[in-house]
Amino acid sequence: MLRIKNIHLNFNGNPILKGINLQISKGEIHAILGVNGTGKSTLAYVLMGLEGYRTTSGRIIFGDEDITSLPLSDRARRGITLAWQEPARFEGLTVTEYLSLSQTKGGGSLSPAACLERVGLSPSVYLNRLVDQALSGGERKRIELASVLAMRPKLAILDEPDSGIDALSLDQVMEVIRSLAKEGSSVVLITHHEQVALIADRASSLCAGMILKTASPEEVARFFRNHCRECPHINRPEEELIENV
Amino acid sequence: MFDYSAEFEAIVSAYEQSGGDASVFSDKKSASLAVSGNKILASNSIPGVKIEGEETETGARARVIVEPGIQIASSVHLCFGVIPKEGLQEIFSEFEIGEGANVSFLAHCSFPNALRVRHLMEAKVDVGQGAKMTYSETHFHGQGGGTVVIPRTEVKVAAGGLFRNQFRLVTGSVGRLDLDLMAELGEKAVCDLEAKVYGKKKDKIRLKESIYLNGAWSRGLVKSRIVVSERAQSEVLGEIIGNGPHTRGHVDCLEIVQGNEAQAKAVPLLQVVDETAKLTHEAAIGSVDKKQVQTLMARGLTETEAVETVVRGLLR
Repeated sequence: MLRIKNIHLNFNGNPILKGINLQISKGEIHAILGVNGTGKSTLAYVLMGLEGYRTTSGRIIFGDEDITSLPLSDRARRGITLAWQEPARFEGLTVTEYLSLSQTKGGGSLSPAACLERVGLSPSVYLNRLVDQALSGGERKRIELASVLAMRPKLAILDEPDSGIDALSLDQVMEVIRSLAKEGSSVVLITHHEQVALIADRASSLCAGMILKTASPEEVARFFRNHCRECPHINRPEEELIENV
Repeated sequence: MFDYSAEFEAIVSAYEQSGGDASVFSDKKSASLAVSGNKILASNSIPGVKIEGEETETGARARVIVEPGIQIASSVHLCFGVIPKEGLQEIFSEFEIGEGANVSFLAHCSFPNALRVRHLMEAKVDVGQGAKMTYSETHFHGQGGGTVVIPRTEVKVAAGGLFRNQFRLVTGSVGRLDLDLMAELGEKAVCDLEAKVYGKKKDKIRLKESIYLNGAWSRGLVKSRIVVSERAQSEVLGEIIGNGPHTRGHVDCLEIVQGNEAQAKAVPLLQVVDETAKLTHEAAIGSVDKKQVQTLMARGLTETEAVETVVRGLLR
């Protein structure tokens, strides 16, 4: 479904992503695990094709097509979407309208009400609410996930979908991510929590713009625990670890 | 001889185009007033709400009196406008909202064919002690851009009263809008002012909204949402003066500029006279927020569709 081949990204001459290689199959949840500042969100933006996040080198293959040079809207039309870590707010746009846009443009079949129910928000309470500052951070995150469901993408890039979600709702959010994959979407799940990564089929550990390890989520979580969680030199991996890549 | 029936039909049609429900002018249970040019075409008072209208050479005088304690379930409907391409309409109005009354007004101003039209409005509003008044005014303009709209409003809100004003001009091209509203608040009174304007072509938009927080614990909000495109220009002055103790005020201005030739200016002015007053402001001018646009594009909208969606929401 998605093949990332040796992508590099420089900002003002500084390397941010340094030769990322990944393969993600159809219906696979692939967790990207890393501490703050390792390049996780940057990788998400590069995959989505946001303005200012074009690869310096390398290729991104989606299905059989090289999408490296495609802009954001063309990638979205091919079924790729992104849920931001801190989603945007919209004055005057209702939840129903927001979800309907995703459904119409993405060709999904779930109604806005059904999408809300799946993320644990009552349609009678939320359908007519505005997607604005009056929503709490957790509510906005769940509506963002609902809009991904409404779109029914081929590839969903979820940037820290667990952040801002209360402990009681976390299981429900994780279940939604699992269901996305069961229904055929591939998921890039970006997180800095090992427990969240454990719902993935495979995982990769990201440090200083490099993938240090790709393996089962349990193995990568262990690696993360041992090498990253209490790393004395954040974002400067030991030479030995780099060589093992 | 003036054909009242044809004029009434024309203004009612324009009223409907601007989003109004024309049936209210034949419903005797609703208080209403319709003025086209300098002709009063409909006027209806109901128990508790008295509407007095008088035609003048260039427009009309109107006096609206709401009795103390009256709670009006349905809105009072007001309709002003000029149907021909050229004309002048001067409206002098007074609103007296009695103590403890609660009333809302829906006003529609229509200028569908204007090429050289002037619409001048001078309003004095007195909101009595503990009374609540909401005034929502929607403008409907054609594409001619030939109207000069100059509303001047002075509002006094007595202790514990509330005045809420919503001004909306987002359809068509106005030409020139120069709005000036000034409100003086008594103790624990509240004033919310909201303006939404879409400037197009060569429109010149100037809004000046001022709230004087004179009474202790009074509160005010000046909120504006302006979009200017093509060669339109906007200038928004939001002013709050904290004269009374423990007063609170906030100016919130967002102006979006579309294209290289449109221009926007924001001037928030806060003045603290009493040391316990607290006033804040936020102003943002620029293009549509990139993250909002990218979020919608990530759901499959084109950039143009995404910008239109953001702008439509903002001006709703």
